[in-house]
Amino acid sequence: MRDLSYFRASSVDAARQAAALPGAMLLAGGTTLIDLAKCGVAEPETLVDIAHLKGLDSIEVDERGATIGALARMSHVADHADIKSRFPAVSEALWQAASAQIRNMATIGGNLMQRTRCPYFRDPANFPACNKREPGSGCSAIGGVTRGHAVLGTSEACIAMYPGDLAVALVAFDAIVHLGERQIPVDDFFLLPGTTPDREHAIEPGEMITAIEIPGSAAARRSTYLKIRDRQSYEFAAASAAVGIEFEPDGRTIRDLCVALGGVATKPWRARTVEDALKGKALEPETVRSASLLAVEGAVDHGANHYKIELAPRVVARAILKLGETA
Amino acid sequence: MTVHIASTVHVGRHGDASDGAFAEAVGGRLSRVDGPAKITGAAKYAVEQQLEGLAYAVLVESTIASGKVRAIDTKAAEAAPGVLQVLTPDTIISLRTAADWFGTPPPDKPYCPLARDITFSGQHVAAVVAETFEQAVAAAALVKVSYDETPAIVDLSDVKAGDGIPIDAMTKEWGDAQGAFASAPVRICAAYNTPREYQAPIEPHGLIARWEGDKLTVWEPSQWLDGMARTYAEWFGVPFENVRLVSPYIGGGFGSKALALSHGAVAACAARMLGRPVRLVMTRPQTFTGYGGRAATRQTVTIGADAQGKIQSIVHRGINETSMDGMWVEPLGSVISIMYATPNFSSRQNVVRVNSVVPGAMRAPGENPSAFGIESAIDELAYEVGIDPLEIRLRNYAEQDPHAKKAWSTRQLREAFAAGAERFGWARRSPEPRSIRDGNQLIGWGVAAGTYPVRRAYGEAIVRILADGSVEVESSSIDMGQGTYTILAQTAAETVGVRADDVVVKLGDSRFPRAGVTGGSRLAGVMTGAVYKAATSALDQLIGLAISDPRSPFYALQANTLVVANGRIASPRGDGPDVSIAELLKSVGRDHIEATGDTMPANSTPEDRYKNYTTIAMSVPHTEGDYSRHSWCAHFIEVRVDEDFGTVRVSRVVSALDSGRLYNPKLAESQWKGGIIMGIGQALLEEGIVDRRHGRVVNNNLADYLVPTNADIPDIEVISVGIPDPHSSVLGGKGVGELAIVGVAPAIANAVFHATGKRIRDLPITLEKLI
Repeated sequence: MRDLSYFRASSVDAARQAAALPGAMLLAGGTTLIDLAKCGVAEPETLVDIAHLKGLDSIEVDERGATIGALARMSHVADHADIKSRFPAVSEALWQAASAQIRNMATIGGNLMQRTRCPYFRDPANFPACNKREPGSGCSAIGGVTRGHAVLGTSEACIAMYPGDLAVALVAFDAIVHLGERQIPVDDFFLLPGTTPDREHAIEPGEMITAIEIPGSAAARRSTYLKIRDRQSYEFAAASAAVGIEFEPDGRTIRDLCVALGGVATKPWRARTVEDALKGKALEPETVRSASLLAVEGAVDHGANHYKIELAPRVVARAILKLGETA
Repeated sequence: MTVHIASTVHVGRHGDASDGAFAEAVGGRLSRVDGPAKITGAAKYAVEQQLEGLAYAVLVESTIASGKVRAIDTKAAEAAPGVLQVLTPDTIISLRTAADWFGTPPPDKPYCPLARDITFSGQHVAAVVAETFEQAVAAAALVKVSYDETPAIVDLSDVKAGDGIPIDAMTKEWGDAQGAFASAPVRICAAYNTPREYQAPIEPHGLIARWEGDKLTVWEPSQWLDGMARTYAEWFGVPFENVRLVSPYIGGGFGSKALALSHGAVAACAARMLGRPVRLVMTRPQTFTGYGGRAATRQTVTIGADAQGKIQSIVHRGINETSMDGMWVEPLGSVISIMYATPNFSSRQNVVRVNSVVPGAMRAPGENPSAFGIESAIDELAYEVGIDPLEIRLRNYAEQDPHAKKAWSTRQLREAFAAGAERFGWARRSPEPRSIRDGNQLIGWGVAAGTYPVRRAYGEAIVRILADGSVEVESSSIDMGQGTYTILAQTAAETVGVRADDVVVKLGDSRFPRAGVTGGSRLAGVMTGAVYKAATSALDQLIGLAISDPRSPFYALQANTLVVANGRIASPRGDGPDVSIAELLKSVGRDHIEATGDTMPANSTPEDRYKNYTTIAMSVPHTEGDYSRHSWCAHFIEVRVDEDFGTVRVSRVVSALDSGRLYNPKLAESQWKGGIIMGIGQALLEEGIVDRRHGRVVNNNLADYLVPTNADIPDIEVISVGIPDPHSSVLGGKGVGELAIVGVAPAIANAVFHATGKRIRDLPITLEKLI
């Protein structure tokens, strides 16, 4: 039996120190790590438990934005009155993620560290080849069952989809990940697979997510998260969009627009080309639909996931138009 | 042993086919008597038994789909902490081959539950037994298996699969189907496919096996205690009586828990070799290959009709997959051969071998995919000739069984169509596809019928009237959630004349009086009959004692009979004494009265009994004698399809069903709704997706194999249109459990066509098929 040690960190600094050691992993809600350990993907030598640490679960919202502690639970953030009013897309993304049980356990910091649902990644016994697990071993997904795989941001080494919802909204609204002192835009926190799909996050050994900061904006305040999926609950996105919009005083000319996609890319996918194409334009269904097609520029399918290329722009367009209806 | 005390609530007469005035009588809406134990966690499932010295077994499975095991390196596993033994084909004890479920004498060759020859990915090749479950899991990962791999036939689409093996017993033909089709003015022809589907019970398969000398006790969820006990006995060459199967609760079966399977053999071997009880529970991924789900099927349906939509001919060809070394026939001609009147008919079926586990029974095997074919095809015919999909079904209504050429025992299908249509508002349906819209949602209405045969078999039960006046029922039948505990309490209560809360029902132990398989929707009809007979016999004894025993307070009354009600005995006219059952038994010096009842034919031999309860060879054909016996249903379903996203959401279901007399409408309605929910999953979500390079189902877990959540299910309205059917069972009921899934998928596919104008003939109807 593989032994592992369990270390209950007494402070953030102690946690960071312990987590810097080889084979150590931070444990918060455990909904991802324990799951991955059970399927033989995660093999921690030391679990550094941070779930009990004080002061990391606060949710503070004011005019400038929101600061969410890394240990805040998904369900608490989703239900927070100021998050709901100032960042509806964030709340909606959380409500539509996972299951009630998982949302009650999982933390915001842990959520950002969620890993792909690629079935080949999750089954080492049957599929030894996986560049994300074992760099250089190959990719079992390419040529296999790809219905749930990415069409954007893929590489020859990896086509695994980023499965989460929250980070899609965070990327749309330029959130910042606090790694203690160091701060990094959330879009840069998630890495493209390239030739190193094993490296998914711009986080260094000994670093720990302490908070997420989301700048307040008019677009964030008028925002939504639209998630399309095969079943209506407890299911990952076939395609999703986090969209925020700000109109000129005329109520129909788009002053600011934030768009990010989920369920289609190897990381939460900001669609700046769509934003740029629509800023300054009047919100017209045809204009929106045609600009939304830019969201999948450069997309590459692997057969069974081709539908995502059709679906994603429609999801983006619907989300934008829905926000227009409430103008 | 499991004990349930019914707590009853009196309710008024219910407006359906049931005839029970009170909840606790047969036909009443008594709530599940096992419910509180399950809700509070008091119910102890098979593998939760706490046994002294329990060891834990974990399976090692093949990672290739075809080939041979070259070598198994067990050194590292054997050296791992806590490991007691590593079983491989070379080290496991040899078993005898057991007879199949028909009781066919097996070949005289050894049986090894661990494979050397690999015919599917996920086959058991080794097992590790350790002091703890965690140690066994860790050591199992250290077992290194090397293979000589050969090319696999991965599924029905594989070019190597071929046309398969004709199954002549499935051929059904009358008239000149090809000729009549060729000359029919309206002709339609289409192919319909259903994928591999899985039972996915929430309780995974597993067991605890314990040997005491040559006696084996197995705690295992089971839909068939006596059949599985026989299999274990034959494997180990011990007398049937030496094997005790215990299965007090079952966390869902759906057809998958009727047989003793190779993982059970592994655990029982380990227990025997170690001399310790052994627990083995499959992981969720292992349940996708540890036994078979519903076979993938393909059907072609051609219908020739006149311009008014009257069917002249049906030609049907079907294939289903089976494994390389097992034979599973999913009878695809079952519904298509009886649903509609046609003068000319031909149905044939082949079975194709692929590298998969042998498929198995899953809720309405055969009827379910068969209905998807014919109930989709007749909908296509309706649009072809331009008449309403409900009208075309009535126009081709089969007044008798078109295949057996016998009268229906009862067929309330016309009534089901009428009741469902009325409640659903079908008359308001706009006939054109894509003609109803709500914003981005295209709305469609679909109808389809379903049916399931009345499978009859035999059962036996003991009814005891105890000294305190309570009644005890024992049977080796089981309750996997369908309500056996409850309806048998109702049957005994009504028959003896006591309150249901004075009845204790004990099930799930093979030492009790025997029962056949709980499958094919037969158990309620069989066991209510057996309990009714046993209870009647016990009541006769009780009244006989009361009348004839000189110590009885009724002795002087010189009555011919007495009345027992609410646990008290009195004369019919109300003159004379009025005493409780307990008082009477005390006065005549008896501590209990006991009677056995069964539904076996008179003069049955002990050999007949054994064969009946341990095989399916003696089940009675549903067309035996003068009648053809079936349950029937009609589903009316509304879907909303997002025109941009292709997502299908079921927004309304009204189903009218004929299961004959309902022993407990509340439980029957729950089973119907469960079947409909499972049908929604089948229509929209469920599919075992095979990696064709590896011959392996990759979505082998409940996150990736999607079954419906509450959010996917609208309010479902079910209407009982059944009438008591004396030809189908002792008390007049027909099958309930499997009926309601049949026809749901085609009703949804038909509704999707009405909504979108797109005909989807491959299940499930996922969004990429509609965008």
